[in-house]
Amino acid sequence: MASATTHDQSHAGHDAHDHHGPGPWTRIFTTTNHKDIGSMYLWFSLVMFFVGGAMALLIRAELFQPGLQVVQPEFFNSLTTVHALVMIFGAVMPAFVGFANWLIPLQIGTADMAFPRMNNWSFWLMIPATFLLMASFFVPGGAAASGWTLYPPLVTQGGIGVDMTILAIHILGASSIMGSINIITTILNLRAPGMTLMRMPMFVWTWLITAYLIIAVMPVLAGCITMLLTDRHFGTSFFNAAGGGDPTMFMHIFWFFGHPEVYILILPAFGIMSQIIPTFARKPLFGYASMVYATASIAILSFIVWGHHMFTVGMPAAGQLFFMYATMLIAVPTGVKIFNWIATMWRGSISFETPMLFAIGFLCMFTLGGFSGLVLAIVPVDITLHNTYYVVAHFHYVLFPGAIWALMAGVYFWLPKWTGRMYNESLGKWHFWISAISFNVTFFPQHFLGLAGMPRRIPDYALQFSDWNQISTVGAFVLGFSQLLFVYNVVSTIRSGKKAEQKQWDSADSLEWTHLPSPVPYHTFETPPDLRGAKMAGH
Amino acid sequence: MSMNASSLTDGQPITGLGCNRLLGAVAAIFALLASPLTAFASYDVNIPPPATSVATQIYGLHMYILYFCAVIFVVVFAAMFYSIFKFRKSKGAKADVNFHESTLIEIIWTIIPFFILLFMAVPATKSVLDMKDTSNPDMTIKVTGYQWGWRYDYAADDFGFYSTLSTPWNQIGQPGEPATEKKGDDYLLEVDNPLVVPVGKRIRVLVTSNDVIHGWYVPQLGINQYGIPGFIKDVWFKADRVGTFKGQCSQICGKLHGYMPVTVVVKSEADYAKWLDESKTKWKPKKNDAVAAAPADDYTKVYTLAETKAAGEKIYTANCVACHQASGKGTPPAFPALSGSKVVLGPVDGQINLLLNGKAGTAMASFARLSDTDIAAVMTYTKNSWDNKTGKVVQPADIKAKRKS
Repeated sequence: MASATTHDQSHAGHDAHDHHGPGPWTRIFTTTNHKDIGSMYLWFSLVMFFVGGAMALLIRAELFQPGLQVVQPEFFNSLTTVHALVMIFGAVMPAFVGFANWLIPLQIGTADMAFPRMNNWSFWLMIPATFLLMASFFVPGGAAASGWTLYPPLVTQGGIGVDMTILAIHILGASSIMGSINIITTILNLRAPGMTLMRMPMFVWTWLITAYLIIAVMPVLAGCITMLLTDRHFGTSFFNAAGGGDPTMFMHIFWFFGHPEVYILILPAFGIMSQIIPTFARKPLFGYASMVYATASIAILSFIVWGHHMFTVGMPAAGQLFFMYATMLIAVPTGVKIFNWIATMWRGSISFETPMLFAIGFLCMFTLGGFSGLVLAIVPVDITLHNTYYVVAHFHYVLFPGAIWALMAGVYFWLPKWTGRMYNESLGKWHFWISAISFNVTFFPQHFLGLAGMPRRIPDYALQFSDWNQISTVGAFVLGFSQLLFVYNVVSTIRSGKKAEQKQWDSADSLEWTHLPSPVPYHTFETPPDLRGAKMAGH
Repeated sequence: MSMNASSLTDGQPITGLGCNRLLGAVAAIFALLASPLTAFASYDVNIPPPATSVATQIYGLHMYILYFCAVIFVVVFAAMFYSIFKFRKSKGAKADVNFHESTLIEIIWTIIPFFILLFMAVPATKSVLDMKDTSNPDMTIKVTGYQWGWRYDYAADDFGFYSTLSTPWNQIGQPGEPATEKKGDDYLLEVDNPLVVPVGKRIRVLVTSNDVIHGWYVPQLGINQYGIPGFIKDVWFKADRVGTFKGQCSQICGKLHGYMPVTVVVKSEADYAKWLDESKTKWKPKKNDAVAAAPADDYTKVYTLAETKAAGEKIYTANCVACHQASGKGTPPAFPALSGSKVVLGPVDGQINLLLNGKAGTAMASFARLSDTDIAAVMTYTKNSWDNKTGKVVQPADIKAKRKS
């Protein structure tokens, strides 16, 4: 986001080795600077957030009342499918990679990512992938309409749009794997002297664990969609019973990827929370070590709970029980994290600037999403709630105020550092409160719809579901349009915000606040700081 | 939700948004939402009343877990909002920077949740074992999912039938073409032929599918089971009262996933016996019918254009209109137009083959389940409607000849 200002900085600033070289376009294509690439990731994800959001609003518009008014059922199915893919692979994941690019080198005291050229390549791979995904709407047969889980045999009925989607996911997966290799290598090899692993800011820790998750499961996804592709075109029968295959096997492989993926979307959010809450409580993070262990436990457990997405396939009782117990166990480390954050606020000195509001909103809503997750873990209850709106409500509670609000909180928190300018605080508060209310108006009634038995992914519904659906749609439109406040706030900060201080937040204690001016110069930590013996975050 | 909003505002000193203004805004939104809606039906907030022992256990377990969650909610949110309220910087709170670790507290709040989970897991485990025990059924019914409807087979009595949505398409409407008929009370939850079972009998349900994955979902019976093509999975229920229980397909299965209701009618033993007698005659396949699915009819009869076209329009409206549209124009490319179609205007054999076997890799399913008379009628209708003016009449015997023997 800071490209304009950082560029100025590099001209006006101190550095003798100059940056007069490339023009703006060449720079966008060729940059290997982690700050440039971080900004590009963030802008890209913001655009995709609105693309995915527009699809969500089309879905909610159709569901405003029973009957078909806005879209055809087949197109509706494509919307639910691509909304999910865009939000997961286009908005949330790239946004967190953007944060990783911006912050990891600054927070561990190194000049750049370990593989700057690969960094550039992982960003640019996303552009053709996104093009493929969006273009699939315009090919014969339309975009994939099987839900983002792409279950065969339904997905084999689709047209060339499905192949484009598969290819897009392949490319996005490759991009994520490269990004993760970069992040792991950077963290393990480029830390400044004295920046031991257990002294790293929590955001760096959560990304280190997330990057391992990505490397472990993205190839699994790649394998299973490749099998889909060969089933579709080359007569293999991996998932076709008539040829000796099994559609259930797809679900097992997909969710072996899919559940860790859920944590890929949320662990970096935990990291951002663990930076923001201590800063505004003016106290070190409570239980730093247990936070690290809890994050690692969640990551490890995420590999053995995939079966809870498929309790209704008819797996044996032993399977259901194993996955139920394993899923319930995740509540323990997740609870530890919530309690640690509350204990961080306990006996603190709390102020409520926009990042902190979003962080507290995250705590409240994520806890509610955790409760509905616990309800869904109970096999018999899941049987009646599986594939209903209750599930839709559950995962939006953990992903919108979870992942998305953490990202918003992070942008408000680091914008002064990135741009050297301060955002408009009261506009930020309006953004938070309107989002908080409209989010709950949108998604809380969906719990009731699910309990009453409304299936998900339907364009039309029985009359008894009308009332809550109408409320949900009204909430969704307010929620969607209120996000424009965020864009306005960010853009006007960059253009004309008040000058920010080096330590805009008085008790922020990671290196970017303690060692670097605002805005951060284009090149930082070319000589790593010596942190041996220094007092560090959370200690 | 209003609770979060109001409590959070209390702890928000540097504010452009006063507490009162915020609460006022919340109240205004709810008032606005409530006013136009009070005229309509229901604001259900819980699982519908259970009608089997399994569904009763599900209902009870959900409430049980919900109470645990409510208590934890109160404790966690109380601690959080107390901190937010008590330790405000604006009220002069000073941070106790040394309070950032306590092994004892951390062990306590790791152990306690673990034991709470045990209290949840024990009753859940009992229910799972009960749900999965499909032994000793009084009767067995096979459920097969189709795009888009269900087939119910009473194997022991050697008959079966299809069950599809009976809500007329002019209640549903189209984008740009509003529904012309008022939506009925059972809109999208009504079927032509419901599954009928006797009350108080242990019924084993074998669920499978003919094409893609479907979900046979009836909340009040406590059943939600995927039908997976090529595999058969079993569940069971024992209805504890007479009544009609409704559900829907729970797993996305293509264009008409939302139009695939399930209706189960539970009858008293006497009523069930009567229904069984009628159904045996109605649905019993003729010995020489290769596709047992198709109802028996007299395929030797010869029809005129007028009589068969009128019958065909009904078949078309029930089976084809959702994809190919009343106008015959379809929604290409996924759902091709029939008006001017080469297949419809071409040789009879091609179209019969398509109707009997479907087209692999597309949403065009096999309609072999329709009787010879019905298939002939709907073909005649498509050959003589819209821009298609062939004058050709297809006879049931033509279809009979093409059915695989």
